[in-house]
Amino acid sequence: MTDAVPVRGLIEACYFIAAILFIFGLKRMSSPVTARGGILWAGAGMVVATVVTFLYPGMTNYILMIVAIAIGGIAAWISGKRVAMTDMPQMIALYNGMGGGAAAAIAAVELFGGEDHGLTFGILAVLGGLIGAVSFSGSLIAFAKLQGLMKKTVRFSGQQIVNMLLLVVTAVIAGVIVVQHSGVSVVTVFFLLALLLGVTMTLPIGGADMPVVISLYNALTGLAVAFEGFVLQNAAMIIAGTVVGAAGTLLTQLMAKAMNRSLANVLFAGFGDTGAAAAEGPEGSMKPIDGRATSAIMMAYADKVLIVPGYGMAVAQAQHKVWELAQLLRERGVDVKFAIHPVAGRMPGHMNVLLAEAGVPYDIIYDETEINAEFATADVALVIGANDVVNPSARTDPASPIYGMPILNADKAKNVIVIKRGQGTGFSGIENALFFLEQTRMLYGDGQEMASELIASVKAL
Amino acid sequence: MMIDGFIALYIFMLAAFVGHEIIGRVPVILHTPLMSGSNFVHGIVLVGAMVALGRASTTLELVIGFVGVVLAAGNAVGGYVVTERMLEMFKSSKGSK
Repeated sequence: MTDAVPVRGLIEACYFIAAILFIFGLKRMSSPVTARGGILWAGAGMVVATVVTFLYPGMTNYILMIVAIAIGGIAAWISGKRVAMTDMPQMIALYNGMGGGAAAAIAAVELFGGEDHGLTFGILAVLGGLIGAVSFSGSLIAFAKLQGLMKKTVRFSGQQIVNMLLLVVTAVIAGVIVVQHSGVSVVTVFFLLALLLGVTMTLPIGGADMPVVISLYNALTGLAVAFEGFVLQNAAMIIAGTVVGAAGTLLTQLMAKAMNRSLANVLFAGFGDTGAAAAEGPEGSMKPIDGRATSAIMMAYADKVLIVPGYGMAVAQAQHKVWELAQLLRERGVDVKFAIHPVAGRMPGHMNVLLAEAGVPYDIIYDETEINAEFATADVALVIGANDVVNPSARTDPASPIYGMPILNADKAKNVIVIKRGQGTGFSGIENALFFLEQTRMLYGDGQEMASELIASVKAL
Repeated sequence: MMIDGFIALYIFMLAAFVGHEIIGRVPVILHTPLMSGSNFVHGIVLVGAMVALGRASTTLELVIGFVGVVLAAGNAVGGYVVTERMLEMFKSSKGSK
């Protein structure tokens, strides 16, 4: 073991470089111009850190290690390459859950040893294990919900109390492990309870709130990684984990704010519970439009058309057709702009990714604060696959569960055309007052087909 | 090198500020890729999982260590692939402008 010291130095130096590469990479990812380079930098950091870890003193089981990396890596590579852009949020949840599970596994291996490494180490190992396990099972539930594998939102009375009790019991067992360095059986019970806690915490949360939850679990995994980094005395893990923990926490708050919900509200209150009393619904009737030609004419002879895309558009894979329609209108001299709500799609920025995939340039995509004043001067607002984010009840009806949420003011436009699959309510299950307004016309049907028909109608003019 | 007590706290605090600063100025359009990117970065847990597996001795430790490395490798590789795919599109859309 005489060469242990220089090897240790090399490892530490490489981890140091990796930490710098991660921070630079994330920094570059925060601007669209340099973003692509950013992930390459971070990737290089990961390769450096992983390769040098093989030199870690006192390790065995190399073959198992390489096999495990190959299994996890190849499976993730294939799934990551195949996943559709619309399914990106649940894929991120899945990969994030895996990270949390890995952090929990590290804690488990350390704790099963039952050795006394001191109080701080014990606490951090247990805490990291708890957070990692919750993030693991919670992310899997989030994945299952968004993927449509789990349709029901399970809620029962006293659920919060059960979760609270579960948390307290888990914490007590954690304390016992820290103080008594308990053996395998107690540690196993601890991890099973932590996994269960992740499940029961995530089950009652509705699909609309899932992005916030995924982001929260992302931050939590970062934190768990940082804690296990302390336990293993690994600087790269501490720094990378903490940076992600902090960045993820802020990102979670930004998302919750965009949806006008506090984080506590997302986690501890079932969505829609507040709105039970306001079930009367808006006055007026929904007016279906007959003949796509009418709406095509409306748009073709307009001066300004604002397109409000929602997740429904992405599900119908209609973004290419919508962009084609927008190009046609632009050729006719119509001022076409895309108005994106911060939570359009499934998480902030998701819609921009989907529009970018279709080739829509940045300079005609605007976010809610930039574009909202322009609806008043727009001749047509074309709402396609969006619902809650254009519901004026958020502005006018204090009894509505989404009251106070920033929305796109599509109702201020002179004419509103809504392309929608059917008469049902949106993701949140709330009736949309916009659909009942005088100037609103409904086009029922598949987003892609409707967009194609509109294109044909505009061309025929 | 021992990372202990206040040294650990200093590292934690400074890294937290860095994370906060990075996200604070990000435009909304990059939130999803950046979340994915940060998801990739905590894939560094792979390093820890490797060490844990490398030191494992009992069968139970070996199994859990093995699962840990599989999961961590999935986090790192999957996080990289999806982030790269998303950012790739941003590049091409800029080019077509």
